[in-house]
Amino acid sequence: LSCKVLSSVVTPCYCFVSPQIRVKPDNTGVVTDGVKHSMNPFCEIAVEEAVKLKEKKLIKEVVAVSCGPQQSQETIRTALAMGADRGIHVDVSGKDYENLGPLQVSKILAALAKQEDAQLILLGKQAIDDDCNQTGQMTAALLDWPQGTFASEVSLEGDKINLVREIDGGLEHIKINTPAVITADLRLNTPRYATLPNIMKAKKKKIVTVKPADLGVDVTSRLEVLKVEEPPQRQAGMKVETVEDLVVKLKEAGRV
Amino acid sequence: MTRDKITRSFQLHYKIKMLLKISNSSCCPTCFLQLVLPPVSTVMAGLLKRALRLRTALRCLCDYNMLSRSTATLSPVDFHSPFLTCSSEQVLASTRKLHAGADGSKVSPSAAPERLPFCRVTEEDLAFFRKILAGRTIVDPDLVEPSNVDWLKSVRGSSEVLLRPQTTEEVSQILSYCNSRNLAVNPQGGNTGLVGGSVPVYDEIILSTSLMNKILNFDSISGVLTCQAGCVLENLSFYLEERDYIMPLDLGAKGSCQIGGNVATNAGGLRLLRYGSLHGTVLGLELVLADGQVLDCLSTLRKDNTGYDLKQLFIGSEGTLGVITAVSILCPRKPKSVNVVFLGCETFEQLLKTFQLCKSMLGEILSAFEFLDSECMRLLNTHLKLPNPISDCPFYIVIETSGSDPTHDAQKLHNFLEEAMTSSLVSDGTVATEEAKIKALWSLRERVTEALTHDGFTYKYDISLPVERIYQLVTDMRKHLGNRAKSVVGYGHVGDGNLHLNVTSPSKDPALLAAIEPFVYEWTASCRGSISAEHGLGLKKRNYIYYSKQSQAVALMGNIKAMLDPKGILNPYKTLPDNLKHI
Repeated sequence: LSCKVLSSVVTPCYCFVSPQIRVKPDNTGVVTDGVKHSMNPFCEIAVEEAVKLKEKKLIKEVVAVSCGPQQSQETIRTALAMGADRGIHVDVSGKDYENLGPLQVSKILAALAKQEDAQLILLGKQAIDDDCNQTGQMTAALLDWPQGTFASEVSLEGDKINLVREIDGGLEHIKINTPAVITADLRLNTPRYATLPNIMKAKKKKIVTVKPADLGVDVTSRLEVLKVEEPPQRQAGMKVETVEDLVVKLKEAGRV
Repeated sequence: MTRDKITRSFQLHYKIKMLLKISNSSCCPTCFLQLVLPPVSTVMAGLLKRALRLRTALRCLCDYNMLSRSTATLSPVDFHSPFLTCSSEQVLASTRKLHAGADGSKVSPSAAPERLPFCRVTEEDLAFFRKILAGRTIVDPDLVEPSNVDWLKSVRGSSEVLLRPQTTEEVSQILSYCNSRNLAVNPQGGNTGLVGGSVPVYDEIILSTSLMNKILNFDSISGVLTCQAGCVLENLSFYLEERDYIMPLDLGAKGSCQIGGNVATNAGGLRLLRYGSLHGTVLGLELVLADGQVLDCLSTLRKDNTGYDLKQLFIGSEGTLGVITAVSILCPRKPKSVNVVFLGCETFEQLLKTFQLCKSMLGEILSAFEFLDSECMRLLNTHLKLPNPISDCPFYIVIETSGSDPTHDAQKLHNFLEEAMTSSLVSDGTVATEEAKIKALWSLRERVTEALTHDGFTYKYDISLPVERIYQLVTDMRKHLGNRAKSVVGYGHVGDGNLHLNVTSPSKDPALLAAIEPFVYEWTASCRGSISAEHGLGLKKRNYIYYSKQSQAVALMGNIKAMLDPKGILNPYKTLPDNLKHI
């Protein structure tokens, strides 16, 4: 059981309530004005796992990292209230933030991991606003570290990690070396509620702000969004009386 | 005169006076005697004698003038008055006896009375209904069954006809016909009522507003929503939220309850603290009266002082004065910032102090202040597997703030929480700002009712009391019932002085019921509280009205009912007590 520094990434993501998603009039994206910014649910699970490991005294320190505009500090505060020790806010705003994608974030994380001498990076498996599911994998590749993605169980054994991964065929048990990148899946744990005494304590914990340039990272995007459209309106269904009618209607619609 | 002689002469005098009075009218000097079902029986006469002896004996010891005030303000059982300090046991004994029927058997005042002589539905009637409501006249027993049973599965009617109109005109035709044929009608919305008011008692025709679910108009400048009575509350909320408004009321039953029913029962709910009751937020109603007349009071004006405000009479009338077919309601803007705080307190006194602190520091942004006790939390953990977000405490509070500026509100909340923690009013707590977490914290309060249904047969009491005495009733009830009850829980809108007291037992237990009632009503009356804060009277509580309202008031209610519904066809057996004479 060696002591480590852990880095936990908290992605601020847009929290939409379903009837409210609207495409911008110029079709360049989705309307984000007035939509609440909150912690990605999978990242919450990652923070919870990190805090649990610290409580088991398997790791030394939990650092919460977030990339985004000023509001991202709120997300870091939530992580601190859950038990993280300190936070790093990578300040990216405006147009840069709109175009910030997994590749840029993973470059930032790789740079930070080297700077902080982290042994473990815990992230959520994907962000619920873009559903990319790429950041963890890219970060591991950039650092040339092993990766344990879609983790539903994590346990440390000496300087190795035992992982159970949720995959299409069932559950996969692997053992990887440290330093490593782990991405959290839904059933890894149930994130705790931040209790008042901890929320008060979190106000005093440190959050350091850095810029991507300080880390030597260029955040220009390699992708250009051409158009964003709403999915086609769902047509009303039709009821038919007999199987013959059904076949006739299907033929009419050119489906058979 | 010696004391004995005074006693005896009073006795004689008042005995005669009382017996005369009772046989002439439904007005009785001593309120609690009105709990007796008519007609006057020998049992009652015997009780009167005993009660009078008691009363007059005490009166000798007190100021004689008290008697003249008795018709005015005396509560039925005034435990704290010098009047009855030495006789509470005897009074309890006599009131318990009142629940006995003429043959000595136990008949609860909440049980259904005898069927009134309405006509029964015939084939011709069905033909008429089918003509005006093609395909919406339902007689299939399987389809009518759910509308015959209430949400709690505690009362069941035997109606054979379910009608589903879509327009006010159809409702008018139905009622006009039923009035001429002397057929009883039970208006029904979402059927989520808790006092048996929404389902038939016998074979009343069920008039469902479920298909009257159109939104007629929404004015986004004034925030006035006009809709038909059958709109489900949650659907109205969704509609308004898209337009940046919210409904002024919110309750756990929102997924099923309809706005017409909410208005008919003057529903309270979780937001009353902030937005007030429906008496204030409903601007207009469209109703159909018992004879089929359509009364259009569907104004959307905020201020209109032209004549008597008729709609107020129908708000809370529980379907006994008219059928509500459309509502116009004033809606508040959707708050930009909503926070929910879940706190734990060690004692009820601390909870009350937290409430005062809350009002002073969060004042204008406070939108809900609810509480639940540790027993509720135990039921939520056991039956619904909802975990406690904080450590175990005797009392829990749910506070919601709604404001227009997240930063300001966060600051106010932070100051309040810091003060509450440092002065040890609160021992633990958590805060939620995101939609999902807010829903999770609210469900701890909203789903207590559901958890109780899994615990066994539930006896529900919805009481209004002075805020500082709210939990005393729960503690007293626990002591009073001892082992007879499975769980005794208290929760509710403590900010409005409204307690929901619930007692569960593994199955229906008449002995337990006899222990609970009338203890709970007497206790409430002794604090001048209300025996039904927001649930209404319906079937179950109609005869207890005298615990909270004087007899002249109830008599006037009877007169109004007789004027608006002379044949008594609208929701019979409900709301008004049995001993009021029907024409």
